[in-house]
Amino acid sequence: MLVEFAMHHAWLVPLLPALAFLIIIFLARPWPKLSAVISITGMATACFFASLAAYGVFTNHHFTEHPLVYAARWFSLGPPGMPDLQINVGVQLDPTSAMMLFMVSFIATFIQLYSVGYMEGDPGFSVFFSYLSLFASSMLLLVISSNLLQMFIAWELVGLCSYLLIGFYSHKISAREAAKKAFVTCRIADFGLLLGILGLVITFGTLDFVELSERVANFKEYTTFGTLTLLAVLVFIGPIAKSGQFPLHVWLPDAMEGPTPVSALIHAATMVVAGVYLVGRMLFLFVEVPVAMDLVAITGAFTALFAATIAVTQREIKRILAYSTVSQLGYMMLALGVGSLTASMFHLWTHAFFKALMFLGAGSVLHALHHKADVWEMGGLVKKMPVTSWTFVIGGLAIAGIPPFAGFWSKDEILVVTLSGGHYVLYAMAAFTAFLTAFYMWRLIFLAFYGDEKPENHPHESPWTMCLPLIVLAAGAMTVGLLGTPWNNIWAHWIYFGEAHHGGEIAWGAMISSTVIAIAGIYLAYTLYLKDREKVKAKALAERYKSLYNLSFNKYYIDEIYLWFNHTIVDGSAKLFYLFDIYVVDGIVNGLGGFAKLSGDGLRVLQTGRMQNYALVFFLGVLAIAVLMAFAGPSAAGLVLGGVM
Amino acid sequence: MITISLTHYVVLSTILFTIGLFGVLTKKNAISVLICIELMLNAVNINLIAFSKFITPNDFIGQIFAIFVITVAAAEVGVGLAILIAIYRNKLSVNIDEFDWLKW
Repeated sequence: MLVEFAMHHAWLVPLLPALAFLIIIFLARPWPKLSAVISITGMATACFFASLAAYGVFTNHHFTEHPLVYAARWFSLGPPGMPDLQINVGVQLDPTSAMMLFMVSFIATFIQLYSVGYMEGDPGFSVFFSYLSLFASSMLLLVISSNLLQMFIAWELVGLCSYLLIGFYSHKISAREAAKKAFVTCRIADFGLLLGILGLVITFGTLDFVELSERVANFKEYTTFGTLTLLAVLVFIGPIAKSGQFPLHVWLPDAMEGPTPVSALIHAATMVVAGVYLVGRMLFLFVEVPVAMDLVAITGAFTALFAATIAVTQREIKRILAYSTVSQLGYMMLALGVGSLTASMFHLWTHAFFKALMFLGAGSVLHALHHKADVWEMGGLVKKMPVTSWTFVIGGLAIAGIPPFAGFWSKDEILVVTLSGGHYVLYAMAAFTAFLTAFYMWRLIFLAFYGDEKPENHPHESPWTMCLPLIVLAAGAMTVGLLGTPWNNIWAHWIYFGEAHHGGEIAWGAMISSTVIAIAGIYLAYTLYLKDREKVKAKALAERYKSLYNLSFNKYYIDEIYLWFNHTIVDGSAKLFYLFDIYVVDGIVNGLGGFAKLSGDGLRVLQTGRMQNYALVFFLGVLAIAVLMAFAGPSAAGLVLGGVM
Repeated sequence: MITISLTHYVVLSTILFTIGLFGVLTKKNAISVLICIELMLNAVNINLIAFSKFITPNDFIGQIFAIFVITVAAAEVGVGLAILIAIYRNKLSVNIDEFDWLKW
């Protein structure tokens, strides 16, 4: 009964946090405690409804093939009665969106709870909670969208909220710059996405996912293969920035400037997974175009490897985590590119738990160390902060891919589908990335939580509002992967694209090799950073491969390249266009004005002001007309009088 | 004895009109110009009545029209002289060449 209600009123899930946002902004703002209560209540209620709806979806196998869609007409374009285009707003509930709905609201609830402790005493406490609510609300709207335009609106709302939250400490210049960077980078890519949406609506005449998937399946009736390829690539441009894929990943590490709960929310549950989710939703478009699929897969694999090599040398705790997010998103894209919605969404799901956990753990560390972010200056935190440390270790095991933690199953699934798809190069890239992931994540853990304590640090364990989310998420990071084990793959049973994926035999080889890879990575980190107390070997390595080290430490100079590009190419062409503007455009306008003035000057000589002159001209004119009429006959009358006669 | 025909009237009217026009275009005294305009109007009146008499002798269309013209001419002279007096008060002159304020 309640489940039915929740499923048919799934729009309540985004609505409740949105209401919380409005109430806080307009009413509750002066009372921080009240604001937090409103925000968390709204989020928790939304989570409650989301779980009910998810329960409803995951108990009825009908929905895997036939999503529950209900929509209201928003507007229609074209002549009345027979509109050319109808745009709806609605809800599409299928296993994928139900999973996302639950995951986003669940993680957001705990992040909000965590924020109570983390943001305590901040002057913008209420505002922060209102933004968090709006952020979660936008993401939930994006998840349940039944058509592309609605999704695009939510997509932009998410972008706006990320701007507000990354720039939350607006007194810091770096935060403002990071917020701008995030906004502008995403805007560049959204232009591509918007073009793609326009192209789709022009070509297929609909934006509803269900209808669109039917029409795209028979795309030959509507368009050519070339157009479809273009559309797929355009649509993919949006997710490139949103999900931090190379080369538009630059905003994501800078997004660390926001408060840590925001980083957790951006990196785990909302924002960045929006791109993966969009590609997953539009997979029916991509599978028609093998080139686009390859593009997605290669972008994903390259991003995964690229970001992992950067993360290896970073020193700031959140920056390491940020590059690991970029890398993991690369995995998700790779999985989509090789055609496995199952593996991609599975990794998205597990990643949300362990990455939220690790960000919140990092926040807890920063909170304890008064925002000292360099992992080299930490050490031995495990003794003073047991809850944070142990939950973080669980997260580290999960992301490194140690069985039976969550990350192992999803990463393994991705590796298996890549391998079975025959993409050996991509598999090698992904496997090497897995090694690097284990290495850099455990480098962080060994440096920050183990080793010698630093006397200048006085860490303390965080309050319960911060520890409780950590424990819950750690429990999640341990267990959520069990949904998709090769022995009993419930996940693949529910979330798939096209044919349900039945694993058949268990890929022992891949499983064992990825475990070995993970352990090797951890062991390498152990020898370099824990066994070797003075870090002699690590420093020697960095010294020996100095150019490589610098390349990685400076993030391959991508930011510098963009800056250079901006300064020389963009500014240079702007100068050129400025000249064009002042000389050509302004020249035309001023020339027209000057011409009018000159001709006026010439003509005014005729204005003598002497009425006898005027009378003479008048008389001569009459004479001319009379002569014309007399000699040319009545036919000239029309010519002379303009048809008056 | 010569019968006075339509042609005579038209010739008379033409002469009168031309004298008037010449005066309008050449006289420097504004009052003379006004008088010359009267000449031209009266030339028109002669034309109107002559044509009326010779072409439609039973109707008095031309005559009625001439009366209208006389009326309008009277009004016009009234206004014209009033303007002239106003100008004279300003410029202490009725020389039409000095009335060039309409010039840019």
